[in-house]
Amino acid sequence: MSLMIVDFVPDLILAFLVICMAWGAMHARSRHDAMAMFVAFGLVVALIWARLGAPDLALAEAAIGAGLTGVLLLQAARQIPAEPRTMKKTTVQFILPLVFIVLAIALFASQLFSDDALNISEQARIRPDVGLSAPSMSDRVHLAMPDSGVGHPVTAVLLNFRAWDTLLELLVLLLALSGLRQLYPSSQSAQKKSDGPLVRGPEPWPLLLAWSRFLAPLLIVMGGYLLWRGADAPGGAFQAGALLAAAAVVLRLAGLLPALRWSSLTVRLAINVGALLFMTVAALTLYFGAGWLHYPAAQAGILILGIEVFATLSIAITLTLLVIGEYEDLHT
Amino acid sequence: MSLLLDSLAWLLMIFGLLFFITGALGLIRFPDIYSRLHAVTKTDTLGLGLLAAGLAIKSESVSTALLLLFIWLLVLASGAVSCQLLARYSLESDPAATGISEHIPGESDDR
Amino acid sequence: MSWLASAILFTALAGLWRITHADTTADRLLGLQLLGTTGIAFLLVMAQWLEQPVWREVALVLALLAAVITVALVQLLRGKSL
Repeated sequence: MSLMIVDFVPDLILAFLVICMAWGAMHARSRHDAMAMFVAFGLVVALIWARLGAPDLALAEAAIGAGLTGVLLLQAARQIPAEPRTMKKTTVQFILPLVFIVLAIALFASQLFSDDALNISEQARIRPDVGLSAPSMSDRVHLAMPDSGVGHPVTAVLLNFRAWDTLLELLVLLLALSGLRQLYPSSQSAQKKSDGPLVRGPEPWPLLLAWSRFLAPLLIVMGGYLLWRGADAPGGAFQAGALLAAAAVVLRLAGLLPALRWSSLTVRLAINVGALLFMTVAALTLYFGAGWLHYPAAQAGILILGIEVFATLSIAITLTLLVIGEYEDLHT
Repeated sequence: MSLLLDSLAWLLMIFGLLFFITGALGLIRFPDIYSRLHAVTKTDTLGLGLLAAGLAIKSESVSTALLLLFIWLLVLASGAVSCQLLARYSLESDPAATGISEHIPGESDDR
Repeated sequence: MSWLASAILFTALAGLWRITHADTTADRLLGLQLLGTTGIAFLLVMAQWLEQPVWREVALVLALLAAVITVALVQLLRGKSL
């Protein structure tokens, strides 16, 4: 019994850390403070996903939350002039979080003590005997695994059983990028600015250059590994794309990579190829096969691999553009 | 696993933990950024190394031990480089505030 | 094993304290560095504790990204100061 309580201590510390960091990110004194807090928050959330036994999410959160978001926030802070904090704390701003906290605790407690929770644990205990009479979601996934074409349940759900959701997620990423592009200054003002001197960062130190040259290949190898492993183990297109984007961001900031420009046809093609291929497959399965995104079982593996490879490319380029932007485009 | 190996692994891991605690204390107690850099990038890296060595013994698998070694080497290199980068950055952004700036070679020292 | 994981996480509180009490941005990045290292250590201990080797790979990714964030943020911040 005492051993079980000891096992909860890491969880309690993680919960304490994540609440402190969320609070810190919201109420930081400066934007740099908030940025550091948010990156730390992402890191702790990745650890929490790990503790909850969700390695796919832990990988994604580590890559996005702890890696790219910090750069994204700092880049945004750099482009938006700092303004003095004039926000006055009203009573509502204190009461609303309090209400949410009370609600969350109430919900948690009601789940903990309700009959449902007991029933679920009861079911879990007797499920082997019940057999297939009342299959849960995870049972249904495991039953359908042989036809999915991959060996990892999460990948099977993401790219086969619920592929429609993943396709829409890719489109959301495209929407985010087009939304960001709307926020860039119009092409006329960009033309005007192009007469001025090119604003460049300082020359990177040789140490930073060497380290970037060392780090980027490692990131690319790791991204490729996660993509390749995604079929049978945690990993996949999104995590791989995020790692590739991290490599591109490091190289770009060190000045080792030319700017990725929206005006280049290759970049636009790379950004769209993932969603385009996905939709082509969907249309083909609708026309020739069993229906929208119902892969034939024999070709499911190769189809998923193809979609994942191109989705990785699209995700990587999109994330890179989202994070470091093409702010130098203003001067072309 | 023999008792000897197991106790060696635990000894290594406890020493690693001690280094982690020392690094955390240093991060809190040391007066300026330059001394705090030592606490984090050196002490914690050593702590992680000892911990990884202990875990490698406990895992009883060569491939796991190699992976742990690789992770540690990566953290080692990353810690050393990050220490340099952060120190140079704080020197560059605010050399006057440290009070030790006259002892530090200037920008020309860009090996 | 779990007490070891707890103790390692406990040292992460120092990183939290440093970020909240930082005078400079370098201090905050240093706090992040400590959090990254303790996170890696926690994942490695957890891989052994729960006998799930996948956490070692997550630790590897975290190690890579902890390196990335310092490099990227320092270069970005230098660009800002000049």
